Amino acid sequence: MIDLFSRFDEMIALRETVRGAGREDPFGLVMERVLSPTEAICNGRETILLGTYNYMGMTFDPDVIAAGKDALDRFGAGTTGSRVLNGTYAGHKDVEAALCEFYAMDHAMVFSTGYQANLGIISTVAGKGDYIVLDIDSHASIWDGCKMGDAEVVPFRHNDIEAMEKRLKRIPEGAGKLVVLEGVYSMLGDIAPLKQMIAVARAQGAMVLVDEAHSMGFIGPNGRGVAEDQGCLEDVDFVIGTFSKSVGTVGGFCVSNHPKFEILRMACRPYVFTASLPPSVVATAATSIRKLMHAGAKRAHLWENSRALHGELKALGFRLGTQSPQSAIIAVIMPDLERGAAMWEALLREGLYVNLARPPATPAGMTLLRCSLCAEHTAGQVQRIIGMFERAGKATGII
Amino acid sequence: MDRAATEARIATLVTPFNKKGAVITDASTFAGDLEFDSLTVMDFVAAIEDEFDIIISMNQQAEIETWGQLVDAVVKLTHTA
Ligand SMILES: Cc1ncc(COP(=O)(O)O)c(C=O)c1O
Repeated sequence: MIDLFSRFDEMIALRETVRGAGREDPFGLVMERVLSPTEAICNGRETILLGTYNYMGMTFDPDVIAAGKDALDRFGAGTTGSRVLNGTYAGHKDVEAALCEFYAMDHAMVFSTGYQANLGIISTVAGKGDYIVLDIDSHASIWDGCKMGDAEVVPFRHNDIEAMEKRLKRIPEGAGKLVVLEGVYSMLGDIAPLKQMIAVARAQGAMVLVDEAHSMGFIGPNGRGVAEDQGCLEDVDFVIGTFSKSVGTVGGFCVSNHPKFEILRMACRPYVFTASLPPSVVATAATSIRKLMHAGAKRAHLWENSRALHGELKALGFRLGTQSPQSAIIAVIMPDLERGAAMWEALLREGLYVNLARPPATPAGMTLLRCSLCAEHTAGQVQRIIGMFERAGKATGII
Repeated sequence: MDRAATEARIATLVTPFNKKGAVITDASTFAGDLEFDSLTVMDFVAAIEDEFDIIISMNQQAEIETWGQLVDAVVKLTHTA
């Protein structure tokens, strides 16, 4: 018998490197208790959370929790069915209505996760003979959507407008084209020049999908994302988003103004062949989304936090993923995986949780400590975080 | 353009990516003999695409493992273009 698991040997070795002698395992952390959107007990220690996607701190919003409890009582724990059979409750229609209100768009389709939204929309919309042109740093769910479908897949260098245009121009005449972009790229926290890129895509006759997973709720005048911020949302055919970040629960969606959009509910397999979200989840999501429409003060505070942390870390001598703060993600670049893991552990011992990100999820083989800020982080917490980075950075020789 | 001329142009393009100066034959593999990682593949493919004004989609790349297969694919793509 050939052990099919021998293909994982390299990964097992890498995991051992990270785990090292006596170290805490970065990929085995358990949060024993969650105290608030920004604090938890991790491995027995009180810890500030700086590596969640809880950008707007909605997870413990009292209105959100109340809506979830009420739906749990009235509709039960789960739907036990697909959206197209017995799994569409009033709450699912309501959260789709909330998304249409939030984005001011005609159609919204809710999936069980954002991963499945990308998987489903990309693999269904682009078919045999069509071309998908996408940024090389796209999220795994976008790549998997490409892999699942039958279209030709053509990547281009990250945020490179000219490289994208050249590839679009070479596509055979008559072929359908879908350009796939993200608003915020979650590894380095940088944003895309969507206005120029979408103009080029349109000029070449392509349809455009933008994943705004990491911008919803706080980028753009109404929190609709980077495309709104750059004034080009009306040229986007499909916006993909998630409930697992700013919305503070779980689920994914696509919003669109395409007149035939609703047919996707029949055609899209990751929508049809899986159970729908539980009633409590869609109720929390709908409440959260509607509150995010009026979250101007929280948004402003999140930006203050992001600017403060970025500026201070840079001043301390850390290498950062972006020259200026472009989103709520600040990526601190580590020299290698081993020192990255050591720094990660030193921070955890200080009482700070950040994300350790490594290849292949990261661009250019980088090891990153990804910090993501929350609108509920106080200015005091941000100052404490900076002190922790300074001590851990000096102790591990990173700065 | 014949196969030899196409191969010569690709050979010029591969030089900066062939860091170890491996001797290339039709049977040389990119992942094994040339030790190309995914980033190198992307940059090398982009260089070929720009040189010949073609697209080599990821789907087509999946079928290309050796130098000989690459040259054949480029010959074919430049003929149908
Ligand atoms: C850009 C992007 N798209 C999609 C997703 C998937 O979201 P979800 O957590 O809802 O599956 C993520 C989150 O990991 C993401 O970063």
